[in-house]
Amino acid sequence: MDETVIRIRNLHKRFGDLHVVKGVDLEVKRGERIAIIGASGSGKSTILRCLNFMEMPSEGTIELDGKLLGTEGRANGGRAGRIYSEAELCALRTRVGMVFQQFNLFPHMTVLENVMEGLITVKRTSKDAARSRATEQLTKVGLLDKLDAYPGKLSGGQQQRVAIARALAMEPEVLLFDEPTSSLDPELVGEVLRVIHALAEEGRTMLLVTHELGFAYHFADRVVFIADGVVHETGTADEVLKHPKRERTQAFLARFTERAF
Amino acid sequence: MKYQWDFPAVWNHFDMLVVGLVGTVKLAAVSIVLGVIVGFVVALMRLSHRRMLRAPATAFVEFYRNTPPLVHFFWFFYALPIMVGVSFEPFTAAVLALSTQSGAFYAEVFRGGIVSIEGGQWEGAKALGMSYREVMRRVILPQALRRMVAPFVDRSFELTKTTALASSLAYAELLYQAMQVNSITFRPMEVYTTIALMYFIVLFAASNLMRLVEYRLARAG
Amino acid sequence: MEYTWDFTVIVDAFPVLLRGLLVTVELWVLAFAIGLSLGFAVSLGRISGRPWVNAPAIGYVEIFRNTPVLVQLIWFYYAFPIVLGQQLSPFTAAALGLTLNTSAYCAEIFRGGIVSIARGQWEGAKAIGMTRAMTMRRVILPQVMKRMLPAFTNRGIELAKVTSLASLLAVNEIMYQGRLLSSTYYRPLEILTVVALVYFVLIYPGSYLSARLERRLAARD
Repeated sequence: MDETVIRIRNLHKRFGDLHVVKGVDLEVKRGERIAIIGASGSGKSTILRCLNFMEMPSEGTIELDGKLLGTEGRANGGRAGRIYSEAELCALRTRVGMVFQQFNLFPHMTVLENVMEGLITVKRTSKDAARSRATEQLTKVGLLDKLDAYPGKLSGGQQQRVAIARALAMEPEVLLFDEPTSSLDPELVGEVLRVIHALAEEGRTMLLVTHELGFAYHFADRVVFIADGVVHETGTADEVLKHPKRERTQAFLARFTERAF
Repeated sequence: MKYQWDFPAVWNHFDMLVVGLVGTVKLAAVSIVLGVIVGFVVALMRLSHRRMLRAPATAFVEFYRNTPPLVHFFWFFYALPIMVGVSFEPFTAAVLALSTQSGAFYAEVFRGGIVSIEGGQWEGAKALGMSYREVMRRVILPQALRRMVAPFVDRSFELTKTTALASSLAYAELLYQAMQVNSITFRPMEVYTTIALMYFIVLFAASNLMRLVEYRLARAG
Repeated sequence: MEYTWDFTVIVDAFPVLLRGLLVTVELWVLAFAIGLSLGFAVSLGRISGRPWVNAPAIGYVEIFRNTPVLVQLIWFYYAFPIVLGQQLSPFTAAALGLTLNTSAYCAEIFRGGIVSIARGQWEGAKAIGMTRAMTMRRVILPQVMKRMLPAFTNRGIELAKVTSLASLLAVNEIMYQGRLLSSTYYRPLEILTVVALVYFVLIYPGSYLSARLERRLAARD
């Protein structure tokens, strides 16, 4: 059970002169649910996005299932670093799924086609098998009646559930959620959180960047508080959210007046 | 085989190319001015409520948009004189071809600019008691003009490039002069590369200049 | 003076004009098909972040867009063979010039379409393991194709008109046949008018469709 799925060492990310992530170490165990919290601009989303290489790490290494990703070499700037081939990254991303704040569904495909797309083009699944697996996932997120609808016709909450089904269909070992409810109207947040909660019950390995501290408390085995691009405090939900040790964490939590835990 | 470049052979006749460049600019300038006049009249006709004005204007625009400029050059130079019994200088025929053709395109630019102004502007101005002419002059045109700048500039560049076709009527513009230099020097590579660069420098510099002007205008608006 | 029209020459000349039309169409199809594919490749260079891919692509596009097509055709016919060390047939030179010219314009259309798609679409596809090529084919292009269609149709229309310039390299397309016939029969008015009409009949359906398409797309947005 204590097997490590992802191990990040000394992760850095720079955007030009801006140093956003400044040396993060993190281990994710199989079946673990981690909530990553922190103020806007703290670098928490960037850390998550480096995990499936939506952003290329500027420095540091990432291991998946004990295997170090990339090969040693000189990166674009000529500095020593790791290089990653497109094939390696695409294969990795089928194992580490992601759900975005803005859903990023394909507007020219129906709900069903959106979920089938990765199965057909990436996994080369047959059309029939893809359809039945996609339908299964869409049933799970409660959208069986929307199979032939286009994303533009759905509410934000429904679109986000489609996006979750799309990620699930690839049968990833790890799921990343990048502020999945931040762009939703308040009344639509609940339906998405319920779906995420149900996935947590299944024992999936999940990382969630969120501002919903109440949800984070119930969801997470472990909470990681990020400030200024480093892990400032980490521990169980109780430890970090209820009895934070460090001042900065306390100050951050104090800003959330109505705590649901 | 190693090709021996000889650009000096061409540059010795650079004065001929300058004459050509002046010819190109002259032809383009005259055709743009006349084309704008033609375009303005045709645009007003197309916007008219009278079918008798609208129909011929539409036919005029469609004819020019759907036939090659080269045909117009030859038609004005070889065919029209037979009908009217007067022969034209190459320059005259080229100006006729270019200004009518660009007039058709300018007409679309003008019309497009005017119809792009929302109906609310007309209503708002009329509600103030302004007449049609006043609305057009004080409200619609000032807004429409700004939207016309970019397509107008594009069209004028197209026209300038099209002036090269006048070489086929033996009008001494840049390409024709280049052909003359080539027949003296037998250096087609150097001659045609030189004039391609001359066109490029003039057009590229002008288009960047116009982009700057457009940018200023857009910011002012 | 009264000019007596004589359209009977057209009856004699028509088979020759038709043969010319066939060459025109051949030239058009060839240059458009290859120009589109090549244009797509160039647009990939245009949107690349690597300067050594990006810079030549920009240079290519700007050179073809800022010099007259006729100069390009003449360059490929008279100048290019010198570096190539081999004479090109008029048709090959014309097809080459027209293709490259079209590809430069198409590259800009593709680029405009591709960059108009939000970055989130690339990310969404990336996150399910799609490669850049897959994303382009399955996600990006299907979304922009419709949006780019009017621009491509316009390009097709421009190209159809520009094929007439091949006549100046003595490619025996319809314009060339028209000029030849009008000097044989000494009936330029009738023959050139008919040539213009043939072009109109060839091109008008395309521009009519393009205008309708544009209106429909505009209405939907």
